[in-house]
Amino acid sequence: MIVGRITRISGPVVTARGMEGIKIRDMVRVGELGLVGEVIEVKGDLVSIQVYEETDGLRVGEPVQSEGRPFLAELGPGLLGTIYDGIQRPLEVIRDQTGVFLARGASGDPLNRSKRWHFVPTAQIGDHVAYGDVVGWVQETPAITHKIMVPEGIRGRIVAIAEGDYTVDEPIAELDTGQKLYMKQLWPIRRPRPSAQKIAPALPLITGQRIFDVFFPVPKGGSAIVPGPFGSGKTVTQQALAKWSDADIVVYIGCGERGNEMTEVLTEFPRLEDPRTGQPLMRRTVLIANTSNMPVAARETSIYMGITIAEYYRDMGYDVALMADSTSRWAEALREISGRLEEMPGEEGYPPYLASRIAEFYERAGRVICLGSPHREGSVTVIGAVSPPGGDFSEPVTQNSLRIAGAFWGLDARLAYSRHFPAINWLTSYSLYLDVLQDWYIRHLGADFLAMRRELLEILQKEDELKKIVQLVGRESLSEPDKLLLDIARTIRDDFLRQNAFHEIDAFCPLKKQYYMMQAILTFYKACQRLVGTVPYDELAKLPEWEQLSKMRYVPNEQIGSFFPKFIQELSTLSKEAVR
Amino acid sequence: MNAPLYAKAYQTITDIKGPLVFLRGAPEVRYGERVTLVDSLGNKKSGQVLEVGEDSIVVQVFEGSDGLDKKGTAVFFSGDVVKLGLSEEMLGRVFDGSGKPRDGLGEIFPEVERPITGSPLNPVCRQQPFQYIETGISSIDLMNTLVKGQKLPIFTGAGLPANRVAVQIARQVIRQSQEELIVVFAGMGITSREYNYFYQEFQKSGALANAVLFLNLADDPTIERILTPRLALTTAEYFAFDRGRDVLVILTDMLNYANALREISSAREEIPGRRGYPGYLYTDLATNYERAGIIQGQKGSVTQLPIVTMPNDDITHPVIDLTGYITEGQIILSRDLDRKGIYPPIDPLPSLSRLMNLGIGPGKTRADHRQVQDQLYALYAQGKELEKLTAIIGSAGLGETERRILRFVERFEREFINQGEQPRTIQESLALAWDLLSEIPRAELRRVEDKYIDQYWRGARP
Repeated sequence: MIVGRITRISGPVVTARGMEGIKIRDMVRVGELGLVGEVIEVKGDLVSIQVYEETDGLRVGEPVQSEGRPFLAELGPGLLGTIYDGIQRPLEVIRDQTGVFLARGASGDPLNRSKRWHFVPTAQIGDHVAYGDVVGWVQETPAITHKIMVPEGIRGRIVAIAEGDYTVDEPIAELDTGQKLYMKQLWPIRRPRPSAQKIAPALPLITGQRIFDVFFPVPKGGSAIVPGPFGSGKTVTQQALAKWSDADIVVYIGCGERGNEMTEVLTEFPRLEDPRTGQPLMRRTVLIANTSNMPVAARETSIYMGITIAEYYRDMGYDVALMADSTSRWAEALREISGRLEEMPGEEGYPPYLASRIAEFYERAGRVICLGSPHREGSVTVIGAVSPPGGDFSEPVTQNSLRIAGAFWGLDARLAYSRHFPAINWLTSYSLYLDVLQDWYIRHLGADFLAMRRELLEILQKEDELKKIVQLVGRESLSEPDKLLLDIARTIRDDFLRQNAFHEIDAFCPLKKQYYMMQAILTFYKACQRLVGTVPYDELAKLPEWEQLSKMRYVPNEQIGSFFPKFIQELSTLSKEAVR
Repeated sequence: MNAPLYAKAYQTITDIKGPLVFLRGAPEVRYGERVTLVDSLGNKKSGQVLEVGEDSIVVQVFEGSDGLDKKGTAVFFSGDVVKLGLSEEMLGRVFDGSGKPRDGLGEIFPEVERPITGSPLNPVCRQQPFQYIETGISSIDLMNTLVKGQKLPIFTGAGLPANRVAVQIARQVIRQSQEELIVVFAGMGITSREYNYFYQEFQKSGALANAVLFLNLADDPTIERILTPRLALTTAEYFAFDRGRDVLVILTDMLNYANALREISSAREEIPGRRGYPGYLYTDLATNYERAGIIQGQKGSVTQLPIVTMPNDDITHPVIDLTGYITEGQIILSRDLDRKGIYPPIDPLPSLSRLMNLGIGPGKTRADHRQVQDQLYALYAQGKELEKLTAIIGSAGLGETERRILRFVERFEREFINQGEQPRTIQESLALAWDLLSEIPRAELRRVEDKYIDQYWRGARP
């Protein structure tokens, strides 16, 4: 084992001497407290280490010990429903050790060592197995079957395998090579987990949020970024997606953000029900919490820890959604460490490798055919929040993320000021995934879904132009059809795109309802267009239908089928007589 | 902060630069350790270790390095990090920015000592905030409710009455809570005029008995400002989590704090981030702001109301921007409202309380609170747009509804926001809000459910 001595301490970066033979990215234990760190630079006989805990109280000369391996994530049953810090210490276990405030040097096994899981083999004695093959399963939660897969580097014929109750440390099978299989496996977090093949995503991640599902969809296996100034609702958006999207598993990373927000997730998710399984949402969720006042270097690992766990469930054949809030804090951690290493800064003080790190991270999203047998397809969807300073999207983190991510959901401070939530700007946002999702939409919702989407966007586009005219000459000088268009656009904005994340019914809007709502608005628009030549527009503006349209988002889900067809029928038969 | 007797002395200073002292050959020194420096005349200063290497140590001197020299200055290392002595006696007392009594009433006898940097609260131990704090100010209580355990900054501009608002809030929360709540007030870089104002206001209103003041004046050492908020927060945590009290911490002005941080960073020749502030400004601010919250199963709470001046009214200034990203909303003071003579000049449009929903509603404030707030917002936003429009094209083309909305805006500013020093209960604020909504035709009240309109709306006035 390599043991060195501390020669310098500067914030989260510690320099040590006498560690000949140590590898970059090796994990080390620093000082008498054994703080966890990682080697990030080797310079002559000195190595620089980023330390994942506060370095207060460390002294020059204290020992630094190599663990002889890179930083590993522990993967196995028991991840779901757990909350970890950035270096996978289970925060509930840490609480029992050190009390309500986090103390240094605390440690805890990521997976419970004493819990017994009921393992059911699917492979048999005599089977040849290799990396990625499923040998059995464990019912991790009522909705999630945890597949036990052969880890990397192991291959052979099974000579022993048996159903039974095991802890994650007990072998569940043995091979003719003498190697044993366990339910727990380890993975270096910075290395993407391989797959047999990356395939093009083709299914939408259904979020129940109208602005995303209709206007800017992201597929399962795609990636999206949500940049926005403070107060524009990044976190509310991320949490709404974590709650309502139809992923099997959600990995939620609170990276350098607020403690109270993690508490919100911890309080709400066990109470909320997954609409598809009826299980508490917490049971499909893994939380990684490294709040802004927790050590900065661990912020950097939290992102990799999260995506490694996401890939692990993907490899079982699940659709995983990963929310990273916020990637800017991760980038800032890179900048801080880089500054302490006295590296030459790139744009805005960020290290020159920022772009490649961001790209590496987003590229770990994707839809794949998993390694091994039986055939499985899984996906990781990455949704990254970005916090640009001053809300200025030209800054490096936003720009570098933009180049990689396939959907851009730009949050707008002005919309937020007028309490239009989600404050996604419909004119500047985009999704590059419409082409790949087109087939799915046509097959499941009919050919007119995308046509209606286009119509809505055109109306909003036209509204934007008309508004500029109104600013100059006033509303009264507009033609009658233009006045109608402005009011329809307002209805689209206020009653369709706005969605109340805190309202019992409106928080989640099924696709069918989204379809009907669009249809209702456009049907009414066409009916009014028919009449606007013969009836003064001011009369049309007083129709009670406007108010009905504004209330349709509160129609309970079980009444969708009975309410909308009738409502739309009524709208289409609007007549001159009705107006009078 | 006296040097303990057993501490070792070093007289090995090599460089003195700004607030930093560099010295050699002190191998036992710990990172973050508290340091006492005694100059050749016997004057004591305190400091903290910023960096340790094999052959050099960097110490930041809180009182500034004036009067220190290379040969005559002895440096004592305490072997421990910077701590603050705490006790119940601190209530009603005034301290300076480094924790020494400023009111001439003598030292306190500490019950416990705590490191002033605090420790992060384990996220699983946090209790989700659930109770509102009545500040008595309508544009906060109704529009952007402050919730126990929240951190809600006030962004202000030079010359705007942020300090008056802060003192008013401090006074009113103590009174409205029947002295259940205490205030810890930290002033960083305040002028002596402000100092007198704060001290007298606290004393006059009787609030001082339920407050602890830490005041660092503009001519006090800059570097001391690095300590001041940490002292205040350590005190607040003691009263909240050891004594079970609800504590409101007012920090003014965090811009001065950030500037002190920048001064040290530039003396260390660190690579500057935006506008010369260090790259770790976010992390540093967060270690202060995140010290707010409630612990599960325990009494007591720490709520923060930091005040930050926007230089040149620029909300994108790094200190404001990063504060906004860390805190749970913001209250913004408006120069326009102030010019109109409106006090408190709180602009509801860009203001936001993220935790509001947790603290309001049936059983807390009132069932219609959320929707009324939403409706007032929407109308005020729409009305402000209309005002801009009429400034260009005149009011001739306006319809009846538009004219009513404009009248609403006028009354909203003059009556609702402009409440002066008179506190209002939340019920009084809601009553006034419904009175204003009666200017508006029913069909325009789209954000309020019918049942509340039926219950509270008094019909559109002629």
